Amino acid sequence: MDSNEVKMSVELDVFVGNTTIMDEEVYQLWLDGYTVSDAVSIRMKSGILEQFGTTEDVLESDTMDHYRTFQMTERLLHHPSKLVNQVLFQIPPHRQAMLIERYYAFDEAFVREVLGKKLSKGTKKDLDDVSAKTGITLKSCRRQFDNFKRVFKVVEEMKGPLVENVQCNFLLSDKLARDYAAIVFFANSRFETGKKKLQYLTFEDFAFCACQLIQNWTVGAVDNMVEDMDVDLDKEFLQDLKDLKILITDKDMLDQHKSLVCTGLRGKIQVFNEMEGNFKNLSRGLINIAAKLTNTKDVRDFFIDLVEKVIEPCKADRWLISDVRAFLTQYTNSARALDGFKYVQSS
Amino acid sequence: MPGKLKVKICAGRHLPVMDRASDLTDAFVEVKFSNTTFKTEVYPKSLNPQWNSEWFKFEVDDEDLQDEPLQITVLDHDTYSANDAIGKVYIDIDPLLCSEAATVICGWFPIYDTIHGIRGEINVSVKVDLFNDLNRFRQSSCGVKFFCSTSIPKCYKAVVVHGFVEELVVNEDPEYQWIDRIRTPRASNEARQRLISLMSGELQRKIGLKVLEMGGNAVVGYLQCFDLEGESGLVVRAIGTACTLDKISNTSAAQLPACNSPSKEIKEAPFSEDPNPNTYSSGPSTPLKNQTYSFSPSKSYSRQSSSSDTDLSLTPKTAKSPKGPRISLCPSSPTLSSDFPTLINPFQLHLGSGTTHSLTPPHSGHASPLVLRKSVSFSEDLLLAASGMGSGGSAGKDGGHLKTLLRQQTQSALEQREFPFFTLTSFPLGFLIHAGGVVSARSVKLLDRIHNPAFVGIMGNTRSYKLLDWNSFTADEPETRDAWWEEIRQEIKSHAKALGCHAVVGYSESTSICEEVCILSASGTAAVLNPKFLQDGCLDCYSENRLSRQPTFFSTGLEDTSPPSCGFCHIPYDELNMPFPAHLTYCCNCRRQKVPDVLFTTIDLPVEAAVTGRGCLIQARLCRLKKKAQGEANATAISNLLPFMEYELHTQLMNKLKLRGMNALFGLRIQISVGENMLVGLASATGVYLTALPAPGGIQIAGKTPSDIAYEQHISNIQKKINDTVSRNKELYEIHPLEISEEVIGSPIPEPRQRSRLLRSHSESSDEVSELDLSHGKKDAFVLEIDDADAVEDILSLLTDAPLPTGFYSCNTENMPGIHNWTSSIQMFTTVRVFRLNNVNLTNQGLNKSFNDLCENLLKSLYFKLRSMIPCCLCHLNFTVAVPEDELIQVAATAVAMTFDKDQAQEILKSNTAPMKAISENEEQLQFPMELSSDSPSVQTFPPSKGFLENASPQTIQGTSRATSVDYSSFADRCNSWIELIKLKAQTIRRGSIKTTPSLDKASPLAEGHLRLRSTPSCTDSTVTVVKMTPLSFIPGAKIIKYLGIINMFFIRETTSLREEGGVSGFLHTFIAEVFAMVRAHVAALGGNAVISYIMKECVFMENSNKNQAQCLINVSGDAVILIRESEQEGVPIQTHGSTSQTPQSGGAPVS
Repeated sequence: MDSNEVKMSVELDVFVGNTTIMDEEVYQLWLDGYTVSDAVSIRMKSGILEQFGTTEDVLESDTMDHYRTFQMTERLLHHPSKLVNQVLFQIPPHRQAMLIERYYAFDEAFVREVLGKKLSKGTKKDLDDVSAKTGITLKSCRRQFDNFKRVFKVVEEMKGPLVENVQCNFLLSDKLARDYAAIVFFANSRFETGKKKLQYLTFEDFAFCACQLIQNWTVGAVDNMVEDMDVDLDKEFLQDLKDLKILITDKDMLDQHKSLVCTGLRGKIQVFNEMEGNFKNLSRGLINIAAKLTNTKDVRDFFIDLVEKVIEPCKADRWLISDVRAFLTQYTNSARALDGFKYVQSS
Repeated sequence: MPGKLKVKICAGRHLPVMDRASDLTDAFVEVKFSNTTFKTEVYPKSLNPQWNSEWFKFEVDDEDLQDEPLQITVLDHDTYSANDAIGKVYIDIDPLLCSEAATVICGWFPIYDTIHGIRGEINVSVKVDLFNDLNRFRQSSCGVKFFCSTSIPKCYKAVVVHGFVEELVVNEDPEYQWIDRIRTPRASNEARQRLISLMSGELQRKIGLKVLEMGGNAVVGYLQCFDLEGESGLVVRAIGTACTLDKISNTSAAQLPACNSPSKEIKEAPFSEDPNPNTYSSGPSTPLKNQTYSFSPSKSYSRQSSSSDTDLSLTPKTAKSPKGPRISLCPSSPTLSSDFPTLINPFQLHLGSGTTHSLTPPHSGHASPLVLRKSVSFSEDLLLAASGMGSGGSAGKDGGHLKTLLRQQTQSALEQREFPFFTLTSFPLGFLIHAGGVVSARSVKLLDRIHNPAFVGIMGNTRSYKLLDWNSFTADEPETRDAWWEEIRQEIKSHAKALGCHAVVGYSESTSICEEVCILSASGTAAVLNPKFLQDGCLDCYSENRLSRQPTFFSTGLEDTSPPSCGFCHIPYDELNMPFPAHLTYCCNCRRQKVPDVLFTTIDLPVEAAVTGRGCLIQARLCRLKKKAQGEANATAISNLLPFMEYELHTQLMNKLKLRGMNALFGLRIQISVGENMLVGLASATGVYLTALPAPGGIQIAGKTPSDIAYEQHISNIQKKINDTVSRNKELYEIHPLEISEEVIGSPIPEPRQRSRLLRSHSESSDEVSELDLSHGKKDAFVLEIDDADAVEDILSLLTDAPLPTGFYSCNTENMPGIHNWTSSIQMFTTVRVFRLNNVNLTNQGLNKSFNDLCENLLKSLYFKLRSMIPCCLCHLNFTVAVPEDELIQVAATAVAMTFDKDQAQEILKSNTAPMKAISENEEQLQFPMELSSDSPSVQTFPPSKGFLENASPQTIQGTSRATSVDYSSFADRCNSWIELIKLKAQTIRRGSIKTTPSLDKASPLAEGHLRLRSTPSCTDSTVTVVKMTPLSFIPGAKIIKYLGIINMFFIRETTSLREEGGVSGFLHTFIAEVFAMVRAHVAALGGNAVISYIMKECVFMENSNKNQAQCLINVSGDAVILIRESEQEGVPIQTHGSTSQTPQSGGAPVS
């Protein structure tokens, strides 16, 4: 019997549907950078063989088919608008949206490694370190990095609102487009986010900041009609921030400001005494950060400075988040009330 | 100047970068038709050029219009060197030549290069102004409609079914020309593509001419095939069924047929529904009971005949002149009776010595100067006999002979036709009276070089370019090939006659070629047809032959009174003079007529047939080793093997059928492929339990030497397993026939022999027969004998067919017996596998097992892939096998998975309801929304997106006018809409409802909205029309409102960087996807949204991994149609061609 056994090897094995069949689970495995054999063993662990009463060969063949399809789709995914108008694969619109969305999704761990770094060849070379550190496959790291870079390149020089630009060109969901806007924004200004002291911050935190910065500190924020982009901080605005120095250099002003803040906050925050004692330092920290932002180098250190000069002192005194919020609000409003700043309100 | 062809080149998009320096392309377009070429201007430095050319006008005669493809070449302009070709588009303009098909071709066509594949798209508009001149002697046949579908197209009715049309054209294969040595692969491929396109056009035109001569206006069941004979040339051949079709204007009109149209009456008053068919006067008058009309042609006809004869004589005259082109070939005088034997005799020579499959001596063809060195034919009597239907080796001899002859003389016009064959597989109600059984014939031929002096002369030197003139090459070749096919067809015809049938339905032809050996095969189902549908022919018969005596043609004519659900099962032959021994019982349905115990056919299950339970796919698989040999020795070896292969395939089919507790096979296709060192056979069919046929008996295992107890034990174990399998299968396929008491069916059986004996008696020794007779007493027992290891293997292999996974069904026919409530969710696919056998010491058994595993694995893979569609049925699952190289086996299949509603599946509708009718409104809400416009409805649900809706709606309306002409004008709108859309999508995703399970979709209250927007194929987002494809002739839940013409495309793809393209699988995967894309684009350009009756007729794959090269040829065909959802028939049709003048503004990627 055994001698009769004919060994067979599959030389070629393809399955092509008129409507392209795409298994989301396999897609995710492919995106995560698993090899076909890894993907097969992962799928097997999910009990799929037993569930559908099939064999490993079948699973492998299926996985290979999917991987090929995804590889063929990949170049289209680089330009999602092409995916919509391509003729090679007939994919229902909602599946197209899923493909795009998943392709451009990224890992939190990865984005924290790359956020604020220059999206250059050098960074790409270091991706194996990132991969080793995060446990994300190198292949997946590269895809994510290339996505960042591609989006960056396309919208970098583009006029109009950043989020919408991302959305138009890459057909991403609202949320993901906002995240990409943050990534682009951070990459452009090269904000340092990798320092140890910043490690506790999530991408979500930075994305929130980016959103605020885009909304309030860029040229587009001031005037939508201006033919400039959201990507760069408004130079004029940064220059103007220098004028805030008066708040710490002018002794009168400083005292006046402090008393206004203290009056406003008395009894409203738990850490009033600590605040009162530390006001000068806090104010100096904030203003110094603001005043230095005209230097590119200092812009990069914006977040680290904030943490060192403002957040850490507050933390040391066990401020609550509500206290911080109340303080900053009061701080801003009181400053506006000062003689030298009244014009701000009218503008 | 009978026609003016007008072509406009609008724009291109997604072009490849041809200039590395600038990363751009300077594209221009050459438009060529026949010998005229126009060029557009160069559109510099763009990947999305806007040519907006003038209308290029070609003034051509209609012959050229039919033959020639429009050839569009996109090039990159280069000032200093030769212009680089980017790719080509071939457009078949045939659909524009028929008034009822498309009126304009307009859309984005993929630009195809045989080396690089699809390289961008080009927007082209094509129109034809035809000048009518009907009276001239024509070489063209414009206006004849072609359909791939093997049933009467849905929006037509058959007035007359004229019959068989065939044609073949032969040419030198450019690939094997001397010039191929010096030209690039691209040039060679393009020469081939163009040539085949030309030959297809020519073939279609010639067939069209034949149809016109016969008085028809359409070809249904058109099947065109290529034989790549290598050195000896390229044959393009086609067969089809000529019909006169009438368009059904609308449903209400069809319900009130005009009295003076005989066709309408046929349609409305199906033959089989009336218990008294002879009362039909197919003329304009109302049917009068028991009254017959005789028309002038049958003056001399005496009224002594039985009632059924009146059918023949009553055939009314249609307006058309009945002089068929074929009539001259037939005996046209009272000498008829003497003529027939002479016609028949040659074939009986082949049939001759009966059981041993007489093969004509190898050199029989020697005397003739024909190229065939050897002509071996054998009858497929085994098959016939074993299915209880066959002609048998010595069929028609002895007593039966005379009677057969008598009947032959006097049969209807069908007999007068050269070949009363029909490529149709399903028929208008009442058309098919009896199905006799499968008839098939095979013949092994040696291919030879074309002996063309001109060619030989050129071979030596370089008097070159004459060769490029293909038309000069038709020479003597077609006659040879024609003669081969003629021979086969005659054989088929004689088989049918032996079965008492005057026609063959479900007829098809195929070839398998390996080196210089070619197996020609033909098969069909012998049948008796209702002559009403063949009126022209009938008139011929009676007017021209002046038969003095009207014989009893329908010997079983009375069964016309039997219920329609069983009539076709009744035997067409005379039970007392059966052409072969068979096991007959009274029909379980009507109890009046005799039926065989098993029925094999190549047709689809008639809709009216009563079936118990469900059907299932049954495959028989077989490999046989063969010594490598050359020339005649090889041909002899093959022809010696063939009968045994047929026999074994048949035995397997029979066993598997019994194992499933079924009694009939439909859609039987037996393919035998030849390779260098093996023959591979694959038979596929759909098994069913026909209520009219007796219940199949069990399978009984008999041991040869009942001495050993262990052995006995073994036997009984196997027996038990088999019994278990049978009862499990009965459960699975819901086969629970009403048990009929012995007295009722235990009618006198003329020759109560056992099947098994029949089977064995052909090839095995007599002692076995006696042994098998032991089972004589048991009713219907089917005995399998275990006498050696082989037999054990065979039996075990029966049990290795893996059971279908729950929720899956499969069949290879159009309709799945027992499933009617399809949803509209379909998925068509093509799968190809190539296996390498790595064993030097191949044995038949090992080989068989491998091949069996291969097929089983492929099926398993399909079930797994399509698991998301459960409950579903794989329909039209036909495998094609090939042996491309020594140790390679290639299996390919194109099929469609269709989901059905499980709940309703419980209540099986045994009525004659057409499958689609059974679909409830609920189900119709599925899938379409997902495929066509799933985005739009979601928009409606979210109030915040009002703005988008407003933006979208004008486009929506435009979208309805023409799918491909989406408005680009407001890109911002599009972006915004996408943003909105994506938002919504994201929400959907988050809610986790993206899963395409029908239940979720069904639960959606939006379904109504989906339906509303259906006719806007993804309008706002994409310029790409969704095109559905199916190998079936219908799409569930949708109605075909227009046939736009035939799609028949041939592509070659080649690569010299196989590894870089992902190896053989990557290469072929891309190619098949590209073929789909090109088919869809052509259909969309015709204004259609679906392809039905799609088949991949050829997939020839060759590779040379060492050289990093591969080449593949694919030939596909189908019918382009416009579908509308059944629920909105009254709604706006999908498109009118009115708005097509609109020029597209820009390509896809707006910003980069």
